[in-house]
Parts: sequence; C-alpha cells; structure tokens
Amino acid sequence: MAQLLTSAAPHVHSGDTVQKNMLFVILALLPAFAVSIIAFGWSALITAAICIAACVLTEWCISKYMLGQQPSITDLSAVLTGLLLAMNLPSNLPWWMALIGCIFAIGVGKMAFGGIGQNLFNPALVGRVFLLISFPAAMTTWPVAKGFATSYLDAETGATPLYYLKHITKTGDVSFVDQLPAFKDAFLGMMGGSLGEVCALALIIGGIFLICTRVISWHIPVSIIATVALLAWIATPEGMGAHEFIAYQLCSGGLMLGAIFMATDYVTSPMTAWGKIIYGVAIGVVVMVIRLWGSYPEGMSFAILIMNAVVPLLDRIAPKRFGEVAKK
Amino acid sequence: MKNTFCIGGVHPHDNKSYSAHKAIVEAPLPKQAVILLSQHIGAPAQPVVAVGDKVQVGTLLAKAGGFVSAPVHSSVSGKVVKIDNVLDGQGVPAPAIFIDVEGDEWLPTIDRSKTLIHECALEPKDIIQKIQDAGIVGLGGACFPTHVKLMPPPGKKAEVLIVNGVECEPYLTNDHQLMLEHGEEIIIGIKLVMKALGVNRAIIGIEANKPDAIEHMQSLASKVLGVEVRALKVKYPQGGEKQLIDACIGRQVPSGALPIETGAVVDNVATLYAVYEAVQKNKPLISRVMTITGKNVQKPGNYLVRFGTPTAQLVEMVGGVPAGTGEVIAGGPMMGRSMSNIETMPANKRMSALLFMPENECYRPQPSPCIRCAKCIDACPMGLEPYLLSRLAKGEEWEEMEKHRVMDCIDCGSCVFTCPAHRPLLDGIRAGKGKVGAMIRERQAAAKK
Repeated sequence: MAQLLTSAAPHVHSGDTVQKNMLFVILALLPAFAVSIIAFGWSALITAAICIAACVLTEWCISKYMLGQQPSITDLSAVLTGLLLAMNLPSNLPWWMALIGCIFAIGVGKMAFGGIGQNLFNPALVGRVFLLISFPAAMTTWPVAKGFATSYLDAETGATPLYYLKHITKTGDVSFVDQLPAFKDAFLGMMGGSLGEVCALALIIGGIFLICTRVISWHIPVSIIATVALLAWIATPEGMGAHEFIAYQLCSGGLMLGAIFMATDYVTSPMTAWGKIIYGVAIGVVVMVIRLWGSYPEGMSFAILIMNAVVPLLDRIAPKRFGEVAKK
Repeated sequence: MKNTFCIGGVHPHDNKSYSAHKAIVEAPLPKQAVILLSQHIGAPAQPVVAVGDKVQVGTLLAKAGGFVSAPVHSSVSGKVVKIDNVLDGQGVPAPAIFIDVEGDEWLPTIDRSKTLIHECALEPKDIIQKIQDAGIVGLGGACFPTHVKLMPPPGKKAEVLIVNGVECEPYLTNDHQLMLEHGEEIIIGIKLVMKALGVNRAIIGIEANKPDAIEHMQSLASKVLGVEVRALKVKYPQGGEKQLIDACIGRQVPSGALPIETGAVVDNVATLYAVYEAVQKNKPLISRVMTITGKNVQKPGNYLVRFGTPTAQLVEMVGGVPAGTGEVIAGGPMMGRSMSNIETMPANKRMSALLFMPENECYRPQPSPCIRCAKCIDACPMGLEPYLLSRLAKGEEWEEMEKHRVMDCIDCGSCVFTCPAHRPLLDGIRAGKGKVGAMIRERQAAAKK
C-alpha cells in the first residue's frame, strides 16, 4: 500500500479560512453599500470600484516586485481595505485622489509593515486620514443624497448633521437644530456624508450578521456605542433633548461604520475580551472629545488610529484563565 | 440549559454515525500476541515470566515498575517465545512480551459467566488493591494508573466521583456502546469506586448527542442512592478531566494543581467497567472496546479486542485499508496519533480507536500569517493565548512561556482546529511544554539539595 501520511494532532480542521472571514465582512458591508448607491447613485459605485481595484493592484505589485513574495490577494483583505476606504470617502471625491489614498493605504499602511497581519494601524484609516490632511476641502465637501440624480463630477453639496451638531455644542445656538435632517432619514440613510456613514440601520444589520457568524465579537462595537451614548447624554446641550442628541451622535458621521467595521479590524485591535472593552471605551471617549472640543466635526478615524497604537499594550491583558473563574 | 465547561471549546463534526449503535463484536484471537510492557503513564512494568513459560489468560506477565505504574497480564493462553522490542505505531522500538497463542485457557480464578454480581464485602483498601493488581489504568486516553487516583495524597479528601461518559472525540463510539450494553456493570463499578473513595455522591456526565445512553444510564442510576446522570451540552473537549469537573460541579482545578483539589475524582466508563470485572469477576485488564472506523471503512464498528492483537489483524477484520486512505490514527482525530506502522503495532490499553482518514481530508493548506483574529484565544478551554505561546516558542522565550501558563495546556488541539490561517500553533506549544517542564523539574531538584 501507499506510504501513510503522519502529522501531529489534531487531524481535522474547522474549515475556517482567512478568505472566508474577509468575505463575510465584505458581505456584511453590502447592505450599507447598497444604501449608499441608492443615496448617491453611480458616483458611489465608481468610487468603490476605483478603491477596490487600486488596493488589490497596489498589494499585488508591491508583494511581487518589491517584497518578492507570492501575492496573497486571494485572501480578499485588499478587497476589503478598498471597500472600507471607499465607504469612508465622499462619493464625489476626484478619482485620482481616491487612487492616491488607496496606494498610500496599502503601501504605507499595510505592506510597509510586511503585509497582512503585521500592520499596526488600520490601512483604510491610514489612507483616509492621509487624504483628509492632504485634500481637506475635497474630503469635507459632502454630496447631498440625491440618488442616481447625484452627479459624480458636479454634485450638489451640503453640510452633514455632525457639522450642525458641532456648531450647536460650540456656540450653544440651538436654532441650528432645525437644520438637522429628520431622524428617520439619518437612521435610514437619506443624508449627506461619506458612502458608509449614511445608513446606521444597514450598518447595524451588517454588525449583527458578523456577531452571529462569530466573525467579530460584540465587545468592541458595544463598548464604543455605549460610551458615546453615555458621554452624549452627559454633554447634551441645553435646549436639545438628550434622546435626540444621543441619537444624532450615534447615527451620524463614521460612528457606526467605525465601531462595527473599522475598530474591529482583526490585525489592529486587541485580542482578549477586556482588552477589547478598554479599547472600545477609549475610542468612545476620544471620539467624543474630538466631536465636542476638537476643531474637526468628526473624530472617529483619529480615535481609532490613536487607539491602534495602544493595542500592543492592551494585548498584555490576559484572557480569563481556567481556574480563575468565581466558584458557582 | 444544559451544563458545560465555561471557557472556550470547539464544535468539530462528530462523524459518529459510521460506528454508532453497532453492537460490540469480539475480535478473533491473534496467532501471536505481543504485550507491551508500557501501556500506561509511569514506570514500565517489569517482566516476571521467562521465555518458554506457559501462560493462561490472566497470568501476570510483568509487575508494576513503581507506585505510578501498572502490572501487565496475558490476554491469551500459550507460550512465551521472546521478550524483545516491537515497533510501535510510530515505528519506535518498545519492549514487549511475545506469546504464541495455543487455545484459549483462562485462569480458573476468573469468573467468565455473564451473571451480574452486585454485592461486594471487601474493605475499601482491598478494592483498591484489586484494582491495582488487575493493571487498571484510565481507559479514556491518558492511561493514568487508576489506583493512584483512588488514594488521594494526605490532607486531600474526595467528595464526589465524576464518571466520564462524554466521549467528545469525533468518530469514537466505544464508550457509548459500552454504556448501552454494559450499563449495569458500569453502575456496579461506580458503587465499588464510591466505596473505595468513601464518597456518597457520583455524577455521570454524558453529552447530549447520546440521548439513548443518557436515558439508559438514568434509569439504572435512579435505583442507586447518590448516583445521578448529567446531560451535558455537546462541546469539545468536554471529556478532558478539568473541563468535565467544571461542567459537572462548577469547580475549576487551579493552575498546576491536581483535580483532587476540587474534591472530585474522574474515571471513564470503560475504566469503571474494568473495575467491575476486576473486583467482582477477578478478571485483570486484558482487553478493551475499540472503535474501528472511518468514512470508507467496510465494516466499521465497536470491537472487543484482546491486548497484543497486531494492528494488521484488526485492519483485515474490518475489510482492509480502504482505498484512498491517507492517514491512520490511533485514537480520535483531535488528540490521536498518526501511525506509520499499521502492521506490528499491538492493541493495548491506550488504543481506544483506529481511524482511517481519506487522503483528501488529510492535507492542510499552507499556513499563512497570523491575522490576530483571536479565535484561538476564544477556542482555548484553558484560557491561554495560543498565538502568543506559539510566537514565544519561535523565539525560544521559555521563561515568558512559563509566565503565560504554557504548562496549563491540555493538548486538546482546539486552537489548531479553529485557526483560519492554518497555523501549526501546537508545534511550538508542545516544544515549550517540554522545555518548561524540564526547567521546572530542574528547579525542584535544585530546591531539594
């Protein structure tokens, strides 16, 4: 008979793969992406296509020609980075800016560290913040949600709810409350903003899917959302209802997108339960500090990137060990 | 909600249907039995027979090599022809006694009738003595000599006997079938061990995927004061001693301590069946029920196999090695060992199963870099960080590994099973356990001086 194979136990595997995890995150993003197409029409599709293609191509070129590795683009992580970056951009961002952002995200944010698993900072956010600093005007000019009537080249633009909220909290002038979109629109996605920040509901659906399929755990999103809600409640400006203020804080800007999809990035988030909770709470605090007192209306990207740097420290928190659980 | 252990665990496909509910069949006697001298954890047994001696079924072949050791008995009748090395399942020479089989004569002291004997007038210490003399070891897989567990160190007191009927390894059905066919004997075995330990409570833990065994054992246990059956939520590695104690009584063995710290003693159902036979029937441990199974095996089932039967004969019995077999495993797929020698390796106390894996299920994809998904941490039933231990092992940082509790690892394989990057996490962890274990022993030796 043929030679028998021998290997160390275990001899069976769950069948889980890196590719499958990435695919599930991409699937979870699809509802929100679909809403962004409804909100911004072709411009959303074009931006996403540019970003995905640019990220995959950048990774392929760098690993093949600069690192001399077999490119591992089939693991879909570059596709995911591209889609996530697109979700963080205004749909009418000039294509060449999106391209530069993607090359920077993959090149500097990921491959410079050695590729998948090695990077300290979330590559999509590295790309986004690079664009925000390089092209501040283009990155903060948000198209108004007009569906397929939205022109990619010459979109009508307007302010986002966060801009109004910032103004209200800074000046105490509550007359701007009338300018806010109806809460229903904010929740369902008919307001200005980047591709992925328009529909909280779709993002939450994606998040529930990811938690149910055990791709991510609840710790990071829940601790971020709870912290932001608590701080918003404390900081509610006079003349505005606490519920209203909390709801707008949660459903506007990149909060849901960040809490569910960006902060939970495997590579750049802590690995143990308490590490994740501390990380989530800290992101919630930083984002509210920026939103309330900072010069930018939105602080999610900065909050996550700042906390990315602390992850190696948070990873020193041990998981719950067997034998250290309180006796029943 | 059903009980289970509280940290980690995985859900491998159980694949038990190939051999489940197949009645236990006696395997034919071999022409030559090869009895290994080391079929247990601890010192190897020392031969007390010489070449040329005539032996019967049950004759003592080798006495225990120390307190943590077990004697070995003849499983056949015939003549001792040599005492020499045999190649074990991994092709490593292991000392053994070779017996040419003649007939099937049993020692007259052994009661071979099927009559149940319920009563036992023996004192606890005499029960333990009989268990020790019969060469009984834990048949769940570890093969730790049973009498050692029944004699807790001074100052420790057993409170409860936990009976392991979990059988959490995929494919294995031998314990399940044993409970269905020999539940009454197991219950008597439980009563004997309860008496030996001086405890008045026993819990039989069985996973919920064996409802008939749960029902059967429940109906038997209901007649015995202090014995109860606990249906457990299916989760691997629930059959691990520490996990089972946690699942049954909600107490966790502290790091580095013995299970008796929790007041629990754990014995497998097959071990308790052997206890019944040894104490009530004077029969030493000379055979065990093995599951021989696999997707393409012609006659998968549960077989009562005499120790010393060469693997080749067992393979032939089930219809030969199935076409396309890539790997043959002694034991279950999570913790069993790959065999390179399926010819001469003799059946023994440790071998709970023979599993034939098709070649297309044996290969693993190339490992890719760790993506820090933390699934290994979530899977680890001991609350360790497999990714970190594996990385520390690569850098040979043994002291750090000790701090991160590498010695708590129970080798269950849940981390490797779950890793989406297919990283061989356990390789480094096993190396670390070896190194750190040696370091700890050195320290203890130095402290004694």
